[in-house]
Amino acid sequence: MSNIVQIAYLIASVLFVLGIKFLGKTKDARRGNMLSAVGMLIAIVATLTTLEIMSFVEMFACMLVGGAIGLYYAKKVEMTQIPEMVALFNGFGGMASLGVALSDHFFKTQVQGVEIDTVNSVSIIASVLIGGVTFTGSVVAWLKLNGKVSGQPITFSGQHLLNLLLLLTFLGVAVMTYLFQIEPIYITILVAIALLVGVLIVIPIGGADMPVVISLLNSYSGMAACATGFILNNNVLIVAGSLVGASGIILTQIMCKAMNRSLMNVLLGGFGQTTSAG
Amino acid sequence: MNAEALIILIYVLVLASFLGFELISKVPPTLHTPLMSGSNAISGITIVGALIATSEMGFTTLSKWLGMFALILATINVVGGYAVTDRMLKMFKKK
Repeated sequence: MSNIVQIAYLIASVLFVLGIKFLGKTKDARRGNMLSAVGMLIAIVATLTTLEIMSFVEMFACMLVGGAIGLYYAKKVEMTQIPEMVALFNGFGGMASLGVALSDHFFKTQVQGVEIDTVNSVSIIASVLIGGVTFTGSVVAWLKLNGKVSGQPITFSGQHLLNLLLLLTFLGVAVMTYLFQIEPIYITILVAIALLVGVLIVIPIGGADMPVVISLLNSYSGMAACATGFILNNNVLIVAGSLVGASGIILTQIMCKAMNRSLMNVLLGGFGQTTSAG
Repeated sequence: MNAEALIILIYVLVLASFLGFELISKVPPTLHTPLMSGSNAISGITIVGALIATSEMGFTTLSKWLGMFALILATINVVGGYAVTDRMLKMFKKK
């Protein structure tokens, strides 16, 4: 990759840092958002210069479709519905990371026929898990906020046990994915488990706590992007992803404090029941 | 990936994470949602990965289609995220 592209990525990373910093200050917030948008544009253009020009047609077609959908809903949505819209956008970001990870896995195993090394394999699996959880978790948060699913915590007996079993199964299948890379069935199972876990961790949480959950899932989508950066050996993905991952955790804690809740309390909200009476 | 490249990536990860932790301290409650939404748009940086995945030639492979699928979703995240954040912040100014 050329030095100019790396420098462009560095500039984009700096703009993301400034963007997040200014977004926390009332006076500068709007400028901060603009700066980070410029950073994103720079990162996109820099990436395009490294890619095959023959494939630009489908790239621009996809970006046109995605951009139109994003812009339409961002303009149309009612002010009161913005948090649920953010949840949905966030879910799409997580799903995109999952898609990139899967694409890379299939490209290496099915098209190139090369063996994926340990670091890459772990990164792909992490991206699938975090991206998948972000997607379905965000969709459930969106459904709960807009009332399509009851805002009440949905709990059932054995929920803890089921989550534990799913996690263990995921780890087992992850090992199989690494050992038998050519078999697409294992990574497909991983995707399915990740999507299921996302649903299971958000349904027991009550509607009033959804903003905190969305903030946490926002942090997750950053981590998913970061894992994707490890797959593609790409600095700007790692910087932007880990910035969002880390600042998202802090913001989640600040939001919890503002609501007089602890993060553990929110995450276990449906299970604990002790606080839900009040 | 060789060990040297991995260490540099981990270096970047650790330092950027620390920066992320330190970056946010006192945020006024009215800015919680815009900040969340704005940083959500940044996590759409995965669009870079989606572009790379889409750049594969020919339409016969699953990985190409997955790349295009990811690119559409990532663009929704980026464009929608920035637009909705700007809309929220514009409203604050008017008050």
